[in-house]
Amino acid sequence: MTTHVPGDALVSLNAVNKHYGQLHVLKDINLQVRKGEVVVVIGPSGSGKSTLCRAINRLETIEGGTISIDGKVLPEEGKELAQLRADVGMVFQSFNLFAHKTILENVTLGPIKVKGVSKAAAEKDAMALLERVGVGHQAPKLPAQLSGGQQQRVAIARALAMKPKVMLFDEPTSALDPEMINEVLDVMVQLAKEGMTMIVVTHEMGFARKAADRVVFMADGQIVEDATPEEFFTNPKSDRAKDFLSKLLTH
Amino acid sequence: MDVIIENLPLYWNGFLRTLFLSAVSGIFALILGTLLAAARVSPVAALRGFSTVYVEVLRNTPLTIAFFFAAVVLPRIGVKFEQFEIAAIIALSTYTAAFIAEAVRSGVNSVPVGQAEAARSIGMKFGQVLSLIILPQALRTVIPPLINILIALVKNSSVAGAFFVLELFGYGRQMANANGDAVIAVLLGTAFFYLLLTVPLGILANTVERKVAIAR
Repeated sequence: MTTHVPGDALVSLNAVNKHYGQLHVLKDINLQVRKGEVVVVIGPSGSGKSTLCRAINRLETIEGGTISIDGKVLPEEGKELAQLRADVGMVFQSFNLFAHKTILENVTLGPIKVKGVSKAAAEKDAMALLERVGVGHQAPKLPAQLSGGQQQRVAIARALAMKPKVMLFDEPTSALDPEMINEVLDVMVQLAKEGMTMIVVTHEMGFARKAADRVVFMADGQIVEDATPEEFFTNPKSDRAKDFLSKLLTH
Repeated sequence: MDVIIENLPLYWNGFLRTLFLSAVSGIFALILGTLLAAARVSPVAALRGFSTVYVEVLRNTPLTIAFFFAAVVLPRIGVKFEQFEIAAIIALSTYTAAFIAEAVRSGVNSVPVGQAEAARSIGMKFGQVLSLIILPQALRTVIPPLINILIALVKNSSVAGAFFVLELFGYGRQMANANGDAVIAVLLGTAFFYLLLTVPLGILANTVERKVAIAR
Protein backbone atom coordinates (compact mmCIF):
# COMPACT_ATOMS: atom_id res chain seq x y z
CA MET A 1 0.00 0.00 0.00
CA THR A 2 2.88 2.42 0.59
CA THR A 3 2.70 4.06 -2.78
CA HIS A 4 3.60 7.51 -1.45
CA VAL A 5 7.17 8.68 -1.37
CA PRO A 6 8.19 8.65 2.29
CA GLY A 7 9.49 12.02 3.49
CA ASP A 8 10.47 13.45 6.86
CA ALA A 9 8.08 13.22 9.77
CA LEU A 10 5.28 15.79 9.31
CA VAL A 11 3.66 14.99 12.62
CA SER A 12 5.92 13.85 15.38
CA LEU A 13 4.94 12.85 18.92
CA ASN A 14 7.71 12.18 21.38
CA ALA A 15 7.15 10.68 24.83
CA VAL A 16 3.73 12.32 25.13
CA ASN A 17 1.98 11.89 28.48
CA LYS A 18 -1.38 13.01 29.75
CA HIS A 19 -3.54 12.32 32.81
CA TYR A 20 -7.21 12.92 33.49
CA GLY A 21 -6.96 13.11 37.25
CA GLN A 22 -5.84 9.61 38.29
CA LEU A 23 -6.32 8.15 34.82
CA HIS A 24 -3.12 7.95 32.77
CA VAL A 25 -4.75 8.43 29.40
CA LEU A 26 -1.65 8.79 27.20
CA LYS A 27 1.43 6.80 28.25
CA ASP A 28 4.71 7.70 26.60
CA ILE A 29 3.30 7.97 23.12
CA ASN A 30 5.83 8.03 20.28
CA LEU A 31 4.44 8.36 16.79
CA GLN A 32 5.88 9.71 13.55
CA VAL A 33 3.68 10.39 10.56
CA ARG A 34 5.38 11.17 7.26
CA LYS A 35 4.06 13.45 4.58
CA GLY A 36 1.44 11.72 2.48
CA GLU A 37 0.95 8.92 4.96
CA VAL A 38 -2.48 7.72 6.07
CA VAL A 39 -2.38 6.44 9.63
CA VAL A 40 -5.48 4.82 11.08
CA VAL A 41 -5.70 4.67 14.87
CA ILE A 42 -7.93 1.94 16.23
CA GLY A 43 -8.55 0.46 19.63
CA PRO A 44 -11.20 -0.15 22.24
CA SER A 45 -13.06 2.84 23.64
CA GLY A 46 -11.22 4.56 26.44
CA SER A 47 -7.88 3.58 24.96
CA GLY A 48 -6.89 7.23 24.47
CA LYS A 49 -7.12 7.35 20.68
CA SER A 50 -9.45 10.36 20.55
CA THR A 51 -7.35 12.19 23.12
CA LEU A 52 -4.27 11.48 21.02
CA CYS A 53 -5.98 12.91 17.94
CA ARG A 54 -7.16 16.02 19.79
CA ALA A 55 -3.76 16.57 21.37
CA ILE A 56 -2.19 16.96 17.93
CA ASN A 57 -3.85 20.37 17.47
CA ARG A 58 -3.85 21.05 21.18
CA LEU A 59 -7.57 20.83 21.79
CA GLU A 60 -6.24 18.66 24.62
CA THR A 61 -3.17 19.86 26.48
CA ILE A 62 -0.39 17.43 27.31
CA GLU A 63 1.72 17.24 30.44
CA GLY A 64 4.89 15.70 29.14
CA GLY A 65 6.72 15.19 25.89
CA THR A 66 6.50 17.18 22.69
CA ILE A 67 4.30 17.26 19.63
CA SER A 68 5.62 18.92 16.51
CA ILE A 69 4.01 19.64 13.17
CA ASP A 70 6.31 20.07 10.19
CA GLY A 71 9.29 20.56 12.50
CA LYS A 72 7.60 23.16 14.73
CA VAL A 73 6.81 22.27 18.34
CA LEU A 74 3.18 23.07 19.26
CA PRO A 75 3.12 26.45 21.00
CA GLU A 76 1.38 26.83 24.38
CA GLU A 77 -1.32 29.35 23.49
CA GLY A 78 -1.96 32.51 21.52
CA LYS A 79 -1.26 33.63 18.00
CA GLU A 80 1.39 31.02 17.11
CA LEU A 81 -0.90 28.22 18.20
CA ALA A 82 -3.74 29.64 16.08
CA GLN A 83 -1.41 29.84 13.08
CA LEU A 84 -0.30 26.26 13.55
CA ARG A 85 -3.88 25.05 13.92
CA ALA A 86 -4.72 26.66 10.59
CA ASP A 87 -2.35 24.11 9.03
CA VAL A 88 -4.02 21.17 10.74
CA GLY A 89 -7.48 20.26 9.52
CA MET A 90 -9.80 18.64 12.02
CA VAL A 91 -13.00 16.68 11.46
CA PHE A 92 -15.08 15.90 14.52
CA GLN A 93 -17.42 13.07 15.41
CA SER A 94 -20.29 15.55 15.86
CA PHE A 95 -19.49 17.62 12.70
CA ASN A 96 -19.55 20.93 14.63
CA LEU A 97 -20.60 23.02 11.66
CA PHE A 98 -21.24 26.62 12.68
CA ALA A 99 -24.98 26.45 13.33
CA HIS A 100 -25.73 30.10 12.50
CA LYS A 101 -23.82 30.16 9.20
CA THR A 102 -24.80 28.78 5.80
CA ILE A 103 -22.93 25.83 4.32
CA LEU A 104 -20.99 28.19 2.05
CA GLU A 105 -20.12 30.54 4.94
CA ASN A 106 -18.98 27.58 7.02
CA VAL A 107 -16.37 26.82 4.37
CA THR A 108 -15.35 30.42 3.55
CA LEU A 109 -15.12 31.78 7.11
CA GLY A 110 -11.68 30.32 7.85
CA PRO A 111 -9.98 31.43 4.62
CA ILE A 112 -11.51 34.94 4.88
CA LYS A 113 -11.00 35.61 8.60
CA VAL A 114 -7.84 33.63 9.31
CA LYS A 115 -5.94 33.76 6.02
CA GLY A 116 -7.26 37.08 4.70
CA VAL A 117 -8.39 35.60 1.39
CA SER A 118 -10.85 37.82 -0.53
CA LYS A 119 -14.51 36.88 -0.30
CA ALA A 120 -14.81 36.19 -4.01
CA ALA A 121 -11.77 33.92 -4.10
CA ALA A 122 -12.84 32.12 -0.93
CA GLU A 123 -16.31 31.49 -2.33
CA LYS A 124 -14.93 30.16 -5.59
CA ASP A 125 -12.65 27.77 -3.70
CA ALA A 126 -15.42 26.78 -1.35
CA MET A 127 -17.85 25.98 -4.16
CA ALA A 128 -15.21 23.81 -5.84
CA LEU A 129 -14.63 21.96 -2.55
CA LEU A 130 -18.36 21.55 -1.90
CA GLU A 131 -18.81 20.15 -5.41
CA ARG A 132 -15.93 17.80 -4.79
CA VAL A 133 -17.56 16.35 -1.67
CA GLY A 134 -20.91 16.28 -3.46
CA VAL A 135 -22.90 18.94 -1.61
CA GLY A 136 -22.48 21.93 -3.93
CA HIS A 137 -26.23 22.40 -4.36
CA GLN A 138 -26.66 22.74 -0.56
CA ALA A 139 -24.44 25.85 -0.34
CA PRO A 140 -27.13 28.38 0.71
CA LYS A 141 -28.71 26.12 3.37
CA LEU A 142 -28.09 26.04 7.10
CA PRO A 143 -26.33 23.02 8.63
CA ALA A 144 -29.46 21.76 10.41
CA GLN A 145 -31.18 21.33 7.03
CA LEU A 146 -28.62 18.72 5.92
CA SER A 147 -28.34 15.05 6.77
CA GLY A 148 -25.52 13.90 9.03
CA GLY A 149 -23.53 12.49 6.14
CA GLN A 150 -23.86 15.73 4.19
CA GLN A 151 -22.87 17.77 7.25
CA GLN A 152 -19.77 15.67 7.76
CA ARG A 153 -18.76 16.12 4.13
CA VAL A 154 -19.18 19.87 4.54
CA ALA A 155 -17.00 19.65 7.67
CA ILE A 156 -14.31 17.95 5.56
CA ALA A 157 -14.63 20.70 2.93
CA ARG A 158 -14.35 23.34 5.68
CA ALA A 159 -11.11 21.79 6.91
CA LEU A 160 -9.73 21.42 3.37
CA ALA A 161 -10.48 25.07 2.58
CA MET A 162 -7.60 26.01 4.90
CA LYS A 163 -5.27 23.94 2.68
CA PRO A 164 -3.97 22.02 5.70
CA LYS A 165 -0.74 20.05 5.78
CA VAL A 166 -2.39 17.26 7.69
CA MET A 167 -5.98 16.23 8.37
CA LEU A 168 -7.13 14.77 11.68
CA PHE A 169 -10.33 12.73 11.77
CA ASP A 170 -11.77 12.02 15.21
CA GLU A 171 -14.26 9.16 14.69
CA PRO A 172 -15.80 10.92 11.68
CA THR A 173 -18.46 8.28 11.05
CA SER A 174 -19.40 7.28 14.59
CA ALA A 175 -22.38 9.64 14.80
CA LEU A 176 -23.77 8.68 11.41
CA ASP A 177 -26.58 6.38 10.37
CA PRO A 178 -25.20 3.27 8.63
CA GLU A 179 -26.35 4.28 5.16
CA MET A 180 -24.47 7.56 5.42
CA ILE A 181 -21.15 6.15 6.55
CA ASN A 182 -20.02 5.19 3.07
CA GLU A 183 -20.59 8.61 1.50
CA VAL A 184 -18.20 10.07 4.07
CA LEU A 185 -15.68 7.22 3.80
CA ASP A 186 -15.66 7.58 0.00
CA VAL A 187 -14.61 11.21 0.34
CA MET A 188 -11.89 10.19 2.79
CA VAL A 189 -10.60 7.39 0.55
CA GLN A 190 -10.43 9.85 -2.34
CA LEU A 191 -8.52 12.29 -0.15
CA ALA A 192 -6.07 9.56 0.84
CA LYS A 193 -5.51 8.66 -2.81
CA GLU A 194 -4.71 12.27 -3.61
CA GLY A 195 -1.84 12.12 -1.14
CA MET A 196 -3.25 14.01 1.85
CA THR A 197 -1.50 13.26 5.12
CA MET A 198 -4.20 11.84 7.39
CA ILE A 199 -4.53 10.61 10.95
CA VAL A 200 -7.85 8.85 11.31
CA VAL A 201 -9.36 7.58 14.53
CA THR A 202 -12.09 5.19 13.50
CA HIS A 203 -13.92 1.94 14.06
CA GLU A 204 -14.27 1.38 10.32
CA MET A 205 -11.96 -1.56 9.68
CA GLY A 206 -12.93 -1.50 6.00
CA PHE A 207 -11.47 1.97 5.66
CA ALA A 208 -8.31 0.90 7.49
CA ARG A 209 -7.78 -2.00 5.08
CA LYS A 210 -8.57 0.05 2.02
CA ALA A 211 -6.83 3.36 2.60
CA ALA A 212 -4.36 3.10 5.47
CA ASP A 213 -0.61 2.93 5.06
CA ARG A 214 -0.27 2.07 8.72
CA VAL A 215 -2.57 0.90 11.46
CA VAL A 216 -1.79 2.02 14.99
CA PHE A 217 -3.51 -0.05 17.64
CA MET A 218 -3.97 1.61 21.02
CA ALA A 219 -5.05 0.11 24.31
CA ASP A 220 -4.99 1.60 27.82
CA GLY A 221 -3.23 4.76 26.68
CA GLN A 222 -0.39 2.99 24.92
CA ILE A 223 0.46 2.21 21.33
CA VAL A 224 0.46 -1.57 21.35
CA GLU A 225 1.02 -2.22 17.66
CA ASP A 226 2.10 -0.16 14.69
CA ALA A 227 1.97 -2.16 11.47
CA THR A 228 0.70 -2.22 7.90
CA PRO A 229 -3.01 -3.04 7.64
CA GLU A 230 -2.18 -6.36 5.99
CA GLU A 231 0.11 -7.39 8.83
CA PHE A 232 -2.18 -6.10 11.57
CA PHE A 233 -5.39 -7.73 10.38
CA THR A 234 -3.93 -11.07 9.34
CA ASN A 235 -1.18 -11.51 11.87
CA PRO A 236 -1.55 -9.33 14.99
CA LYS A 237 1.33 -9.80 17.38
CA SER A 238 -0.07 -8.79 20.76
CA ASP A 239 -2.75 -10.65 22.69
CA ARG A 240 -4.56 -7.36 23.24
CA ALA A 241 -4.92 -6.82 19.48
CA LYS A 242 -5.89 -10.46 18.88
CA ASP A 243 -8.56 -10.14 21.53
CA PHE A 244 -9.82 -6.85 20.02
CA LEU A 245 -9.98 -8.26 16.50
CA SER A 246 -11.65 -11.48 17.56
CA LYS A 247 -14.43 -9.45 19.17
CA LEU A 248 -14.94 -7.56 15.91
CA LEU A 249 -15.02 -10.69 13.80
CA THR A 250 -17.64 -12.53 15.83
CA HIS A 251 -20.29 -10.10 14.57
CA MET B 1 -59.52 61.28 34.98
CA ASP B 2 -59.50 65.03 34.32
CA VAL B 3 -56.27 65.35 36.22
CA ILE B 4 -54.57 63.00 33.77
CA ILE B 5 -55.82 64.87 30.73
CA GLU B 6 -54.91 68.25 32.22
CA ASN B 7 -51.41 67.05 32.95
CA LEU B 8 -50.79 65.20 29.70
CA PRO B 9 -47.85 67.47 28.75
CA LEU B 10 -46.15 66.68 32.07
CA TYR B 11 -46.78 62.96 31.63
CA TRP B 12 -45.45 63.17 28.11
CA ASN B 13 -42.32 64.96 29.32
CA GLY B 14 -41.79 62.36 32.01
CA PHE B 15 -42.40 59.58 29.54
CA LEU B 16 -39.74 60.97 27.19
CA ARG B 17 -37.24 61.45 30.05
CA THR B 18 -37.79 57.86 31.20
CA LEU B 19 -37.46 56.61 27.64
CA PHE B 20 -34.20 58.55 27.25
CA LEU B 21 -32.82 57.40 30.60
CA SER B 22 -33.69 53.76 29.89
CA ALA B 23 -32.44 53.78 26.31
CA VAL B 24 -29.07 55.36 27.11
CA SER B 25 -28.53 53.23 30.22
CA GLY B 26 -29.68 50.15 28.30
CA ILE B 27 -27.14 50.70 25.52
CA PHE B 28 -24.28 51.27 27.98
CA ALA B 29 -25.38 48.26 30.03
CA LEU B 30 -25.50 46.01 26.95
CA ILE B 31 -21.98 47.02 25.93
CA LEU B 32 -20.53 46.76 29.43
CA GLY B 33 -22.42 43.54 30.18
CA THR B 34 -21.18 41.84 27.01
CA LEU B 35 -17.60 42.89 27.76
CA LEU B 36 -17.96 41.53 31.31
CA ALA B 37 -19.33 38.25 29.96
CA ALA B 38 -16.42 38.02 27.51
CA ALA B 39 -14.00 38.66 30.39
CA ARG B 40 -15.76 35.94 32.39
CA VAL B 41 -15.02 33.28 29.76
CA SER B 42 -11.58 34.58 28.72
CA PRO B 43 -8.42 32.55 29.25
CA VAL B 44 -6.95 35.37 31.39
CA ALA B 45 -7.53 34.61 35.08
CA ALA B 46 -7.36 38.27 36.18
CA LEU B 47 -10.16 39.23 33.78
CA ARG B 48 -12.28 36.30 34.93
CA GLY B 49 -11.73 37.30 38.56
CA PHE B 50 -12.59 40.96 37.97
CA SER B 51 -15.75 40.08 36.07
CA THR B 52 -16.89 37.61 38.73
CA VAL B 53 -16.38 40.08 41.58
CA TYR B 54 -18.09 42.89 39.66
CA VAL B 55 -21.12 40.80 38.78
CA GLU B 56 -21.51 39.32 42.25
CA VAL B 57 -21.21 42.67 44.02
CA LEU B 58 -23.54 44.65 41.75
CA ARG B 59 -26.07 41.87 41.35
CA ASN B 60 -26.37 41.24 45.06
CA THR B 61 -26.68 44.79 46.36
CA PRO B 62 -29.74 47.05 46.09
CA LEU B 63 -30.01 49.49 43.20
CA THR B 64 -30.35 52.36 45.66
CA ILE B 65 -26.79 51.74 46.82
CA ALA B 66 -25.57 52.05 43.25
CA PHE B 67 -27.49 55.34 43.05
CA PHE B 68 -26.00 56.64 46.31
CA PHE B 69 -22.54 55.76 45.03
CA ALA B 70 -23.08 57.54 41.73
CA ALA B 71 -24.85 60.57 43.18
CA VAL B 72 -22.96 61.05 46.47
CA VAL B 73 -19.67 59.14 46.51
CA LEU B 74 -18.48 59.85 42.96
CA PRO B 75 -18.73 63.67 43.35
CA ARG B 76 -16.76 63.42 46.61
CA ILE B 77 -13.87 61.68 44.91
CA GLY B 78 -13.81 64.34 42.23
CA VAL B 79 -16.22 63.04 39.56
CA LYS B 80 -18.63 65.94 39.20
CA PHE B 81 -21.67 66.15 36.96
CA GLU B 82 -23.72 69.07 35.71
CA GLN B 83 -26.92 67.08 36.16
CA PHE B 84 -28.03 64.27 38.39
CA GLU B 85 -29.25 62.53 35.27
CA ILE B 86 -25.68 61.50 34.48
CA ALA B 87 -25.34 59.93 37.91
CA ALA B 88 -28.59 58.10 37.25
CA ILE B 89 -27.28 56.78 33.92
CA ILE B 90 -24.05 55.62 35.57
CA ALA B 91 -25.92 53.88 38.37
CA LEU B 92 -28.48 52.24 36.10
CA SER B 93 -26.02 51.04 33.49
CA THR B 94 -23.41 49.67 35.91
CA TYR B 95 -26.11 47.90 37.91
CA THR B 96 -27.94 46.47 34.87
CA ALA B 97 -24.66 45.41 33.23
CA ALA B 98 -24.17 42.82 35.97
CA PHE B 99 -27.45 41.13 35.07
CA ILE B 100 -26.72 41.35 31.35
CA ALA B 101 -23.30 39.79 31.92
CA GLU B 102 -24.93 36.85 33.69
CA ALA B 103 -27.51 36.39 30.92
CA VAL B 104 -24.87 36.56 28.17
CA ARG B 105 -22.63 34.17 30.07
CA SER B 106 -25.43 31.63 30.34
CA GLY B 107 -25.98 32.09 26.60
CA VAL B 108 -22.30 31.47 25.94
CA ASN B 109 -22.50 28.31 28.01
CA SER B 110 -25.51 27.16 26.00
CA VAL B 111 -23.45 27.11 22.79
CA PRO B 112 -22.04 23.57 22.39
CA VAL B 113 -18.33 23.41 23.15
CA GLY B 114 -17.75 21.79 19.74
CA GLN B 115 -18.54 25.12 18.06
CA ALA B 116 -15.57 26.74 19.77
CA GLU B 117 -13.35 23.72 19.12
CA ALA B 118 -14.21 23.78 15.41
CA ALA B 119 -13.48 27.52 15.27
CA ARG B 120 -10.17 27.09 17.08
CA SER B 121 -9.19 24.20 14.86
CA ILE B 122 -9.43 26.34 11.71
CA GLY B 123 -6.99 28.76 13.32
CA MET B 124 -9.23 31.44 14.82
CA LYS B 125 -7.90 33.44 17.74
CA PHE B 126 -9.85 33.79 21.00
CA GLY B 127 -11.41 37.11 20.00
CA GLN B 128 -12.55 35.75 16.65
CA VAL B 129 -13.96 32.56 18.16
CA LEU B 130 -15.97 34.70 20.56
CA SER B 131 -17.14 37.43 18.20
CA LEU B 132 -17.76 35.35 15.06
CA ILE B 133 -18.97 32.03 16.42
CA ILE B 134 -19.96 32.06 20.10
CA LEU B 135 -21.57 35.46 20.73
CA PRO B 136 -23.76 35.51 17.59
CA GLN B 137 -25.24 32.17 18.67
CA ALA B 138 -25.33 33.05 22.37
CA LEU B 139 -27.06 36.39 21.83
CA ARG B 140 -29.92 34.74 19.98
CA THR B 141 -30.70 32.49 22.89
CA VAL B 142 -30.40 35.33 25.39
CA ILE B 143 -32.51 37.93 23.62
CA PRO B 144 -35.68 37.05 25.59
CA PRO B 145 -33.93 37.18 29.00
CA LEU B 146 -32.12 40.35 27.88
CA ILE B 147 -35.42 42.03 27.10
CA ASN B 148 -36.68 41.01 30.53
CA ILE B 149 -33.66 42.72 32.03
CA LEU B 150 -34.41 45.83 29.96
CA ILE B 151 -38.01 45.81 31.21
CA ALA B 152 -36.63 45.73 34.75
CA LEU B 153 -34.32 48.60 33.78
CA VAL B 154 -37.27 50.74 32.64
CA LYS B 155 -38.97 50.16 35.99
CA ASN B 156 -35.73 50.63 37.95
CA SER B 157 -35.21 53.99 36.29
CA SER B 158 -37.98 55.30 38.59
CA VAL B 159 -35.46 55.22 41.43
CA ALA B 160 -33.87 58.21 39.68
CA GLY B 161 -37.02 60.12 40.56
CA ALA B 162 -36.01 59.86 44.20
CA PHE B 163 -32.61 61.38 43.32
CA PHE B 164 -34.06 64.60 41.92
CA VAL B 165 -34.11 63.47 38.31
CA LEU B 166 -37.35 64.51 36.71
CA GLU B 167 -38.56 61.48 34.83
CA LEU B 168 -41.93 59.79 34.71
CA PHE B 169 -42.02 58.83 38.38
CA GLY B 170 -40.57 62.19 39.42
CA TYR B 171 -43.27 64.06 37.54
CA GLY B 172 -45.83 61.65 38.93
CA ARG B 173 -44.75 62.53 42.45
CA GLN B 174 -44.95 66.25 41.68
CA MET B 175 -48.43 65.87 40.23
CA ALA B 176 -49.56 63.78 43.19
CA ASN B 177 -48.38 66.50 45.55
CA ALA B 178 -50.12 69.19 43.54
CA ASN B 179 -53.40 67.24 43.21
CA GLY B 180 -53.93 65.83 46.69
CA ASP B 181 -57.54 65.01 45.88
CA ALA B 182 -56.69 62.86 42.84
CA VAL B 183 -53.62 60.89 43.91
CA ILE B 184 -55.05 57.58 42.73
CA ALA B 185 -55.76 58.89 39.24
CA VAL B 186 -52.31 60.46 39.03
CA LEU B 187 -50.63 57.20 40.03
CA LEU B 188 -52.77 55.18 37.62
CA GLY B 189 -51.75 57.60 34.87
CA THR B 190 -48.09 57.14 35.79
CA ALA B 191 -48.45 53.37 35.76
CA PHE B 192 -50.15 53.56 32.37
CA PHE B 193 -47.18 55.39 30.84
CA TYR B 194 -44.77 52.79 32.25
CA LEU B 195 -46.89 50.07 30.69
CA LEU B 196 -46.68 51.93 27.40
CA LEU B 197 -42.93 51.25 27.48
CA THR B 198 -42.76 47.81 29.04
CA VAL B 199 -45.65 45.97 27.37
CA PRO B 200 -44.31 46.51 23.82
CA LEU B 201 -40.89 45.30 25.04
CA GLY B 202 -42.52 42.09 26.28
CA ILE B 203 -44.28 41.61 22.94
CA LEU B 204 -40.99 42.24 21.18
CA ALA B 205 -39.33 39.57 23.33
CA ASN B 206 -41.88 37.00 22.24
CA THR B 207 -41.63 37.88 18.56
CA VAL B 208 -37.84 37.86 18.55
CA GLU B 209 -37.76 34.58 20.44
CA ARG B 210 -39.77 32.90 17.70
CA LYS B 211 -37.81 34.50 14.86
CA VAL B 212 -34.19 33.99 15.84
CA ALA B 213 -34.28 30.48 17.25
CA ILE B 214 -31.50 28.52 15.53
CA ALA B 215 -32.15 24.95 14.56
CA ARG B 216 -29.47 22.45 15.59
